[in-house]
Amino acid sequence: MSVTVRIPTQLRTLTGGAGELALEGTSVGEVLKALDAAHPGMADRLFDEAGGLRRFVNVFVDEEDVRFLSGLETPLSEGQTVSIVPAVAGG
Amino acid sequence: MDYVTGLRCRECARAYPAEALHVCDFCFGPLEVVYDYERLRAELSREQIAAGPHTIWRYAPLLPVADPVPIDLGAGFTPLVRADRLAAELGLGELWIKNDTVNPSGSFKDRVVSVALTKARQLGFKVAACASTGNLANSVAAHAARAGMVSVVFIPHDLETAKVVTTAVYGGHVVAVEGTYDDVNRLCAELASDRPDWAFVNVNVRTYYAEGSKTLAFEVAEQLGWQAPDHVVVPVASGSQLTKVAKGFAELHQVGLLDEEPHVRVSGAQAEGCAPVARAFLDGADAIRPVRPATIAKSLAIGNPADGWYALQAVRRSGGALAAVSDDEIVEGIKLLARTEGIFAETAGGVTIATLARLAAQGVVRADERVVAYVTGHGLKTVEALAGTVGPSATIAPTLEAFASAVELESGLGHRS
Repeated sequence: MSVTVRIPTQLRTLTGGAGELALEGTSVGEVLKALDAAHPGMADRLFDEAGGLRRFVNVFVDEEDVRFLSGLETPLSEGQTVSIVPAVAGG
Repeated sequence: MDYVTGLRCRECARAYPAEALHVCDFCFGPLEVVYDYERLRAELSREQIAAGPHTIWRYAPLLPVADPVPIDLGAGFTPLVRADRLAAELGLGELWIKNDTVNPSGSFKDRVVSVALTKARQLGFKVAACASTGNLANSVAAHAARAGMVSVVFIPHDLETAKVVTTAVYGGHVVAVEGTYDDVNRLCAELASDRPDWAFVNVNVRTYYAEGSKTLAFEVAEQLGWQAPDHVVVPVASGSQLTKVAKGFAELHQVGLLDEEPHVRVSGAQAEGCAPVARAFLDGADAIRPVRPATIAKSLAIGNPADGWYALQAVRRSGGALAAVSDDEIVEGIKLLARTEGIFAETAGGVTIATLARLAAQGVVRADERVVAYVTGHGLKTVEALAGTVGPSATIAPTLEAFASAVELESGLGHRS
């Protein structure tokens, strides 16, 4: 299952500057593992010691925050977009 | 010459230079400005501050940018009003209202924007942008106009009419996004990656922006004769303001401007329809679960608060509390403040006053404390919230008879004799 993963500026040093990647996986967790396999160092930045997403890392599937879905277990279908977005201050 | 030595990650303490950076490359933690407190302690005096302008810039050494001519509409140094009539209604003793409704664009956001855009200009940015629930949009559009910068502000499409008009009038770009503030926020976070030459005040300039809120603490302490209050009540949206108010009091002591170490209890106010931080507090939880906002307090409608965790820590550490109030209580809070003190607040101010009333009734805010409630936006921005709840006492023919039969004042006030 191929999905598009959008990478924020802060992580593009690990992707050689790429802001969008095509990766395989059937869940958000699997795709993020595939991201780490392709670009080592990603997992350290995205996950805390317990293996959950770090407090200030937001992950979206299309328009939806995965914390409203099933977190890292959220299933993916072909062609969906997974976006990694840092938290923003108030407005 | 400023006192900034660099930036540092709040989570993992990695150091960064004082540039347009807001997130740690390693752990995504927010970056904080680091000051040379030793030098501040040696060089900064109450007299020097008292001789400064009647704006936030009187505290320039404690702000993250030095500029002899900042981008300034006169933000800050707003009245601290003793509120005896409101205190009597709530069973409190010494109560003060920090009336931040009177800022140039009608909210505390002028403090953070003046700082953010002055720093952005120094860093070479020509475009000022933001994601906003309304008040920030007003302020960015106004300050950008003053500075001759291009502005692009992003707002949710369902904002109050007044907040749209009072942004668009400044002539910048106003983009209404079909979604909630959290959707707008996320769009801007992604846009900031694609438009590195735009200063998004609450994204890539956030580190500097947030520091402006410390002046809410500085002013209160100075206005109380260089003393900290015992308890403050602060509205919570992203949690940044509350966190910085707490930091502001601590910093004044750190640089020697407060003689005694302050022990300010910090309490937070949220609306029931968007209370992720209050919910975590009441549940005793550590993680803040995002929510989908549904409240009339649109300026506080941030379902996924970036600094929520820090606000929660600041409240817990200080022995304060958080509460969440209903839309009806918010309207009552607006009316109570207006009726007792002559101050007309927007919905966020209604949240603050209603929370103050709740915490006073629960005995959390006490009559033996010196209390300050922060009222941070003007009521004219959100008049829709009061629709149908206030209006003329009577509509009459222009005759004495019609008036006499329609209006009855309290006894002794009604008639000339």
